[in-house]
Amino acid sequence: MADDHNWSWSREQSIPSDTAAGRVLLEELLDELRRQDWEEKDVFGVHLAVEEALVNAIKHGNQEDPAKQVKVQTRVSATAVKIEVTDEGDGFDPAAVPDPTDDENLDAPSGRGLMLMKSFMSSVEFNDAGNHVAMAKFKGEEE
Amino acid sequence: MSERRRITVNTVGDVHVVRFNDRKILDATYIGELGEELFSLLEEPGPQKLLLNFDGVEFLSSGALNKLIFLDRRVKEVSGSLRLTNLRPELNEVFMITRLHELFRIFEDEVEALADLNSDS
Repeated sequence: MADDHNWSWSREQSIPSDTAAGRVLLEELLDELRRQDWEEKDVFGVHLAVEEALVNAIKHGNQEDPAKQVKVQTRVSATAVKIEVTDEGDGFDPAAVPDPTDDENLDAPSGRGLMLMKSFMSSVEFNDAGNHVAMAKFKGEEE
Repeated sequence: MSERRRITVNTVGDVHVVRFNDRKILDATYIGELGEELFSLLEEPGPQKLLLNFDGVEFLSSGALNKLIFLDRRVKEVSGSLRLTNLRPELNEVFMITRLHELFRIFEDEVEALADLNSDS
């Protein structure tokens, strides 16, 4: 995504490896989307994707290690939102996560967080190390 | 009727009708407690019929979906029945995207789900 959006709100924060801290930040982001007249359908999708990304970073990335931080950068405009989440973990290979919608995985309790992120956002990109995710959503775009 | 921390349970005939006490089901601790309370219903004597009514629930994380999958497994182990109802459109979409609507039997409302459960017996 080119950074040619007229970002009217941005935050860059480092939070401890604690999901409660992540939710404070998430609520700020959702409030801002509503303030900028984003539809609830889109707000729901961003909520779901960011919740999953933060849980991935805190629990799977940083293993809830209190010595490790999660860096979160959020930007909002009238038409786009971009969220970047970076943890201090070893990363993972998103391509190696089994597709939970394959017949043989349908009743397997894993892989849905990543899938929901991809489904509800316009783009989801990981760095090579797999400890940084950049997600974007454009207003009104169908998933 | 019995009160629990995370769910409220009413018994309709031989069906445990479960409603959720919170609008958002996402925190790991919450989901753990929720799972314990749901699983405990399957320890009670009698037919193991569960109806989960999601009226008022706005948000489910993948952790919550995973807990429901574990619950479904346990229900099958005890030859019980599980039905889901009253999913708001956004949550219904989550079940569709993840194909979990094929794993679970989902109904519009309690009346439909109860009729289906009773036709099972």
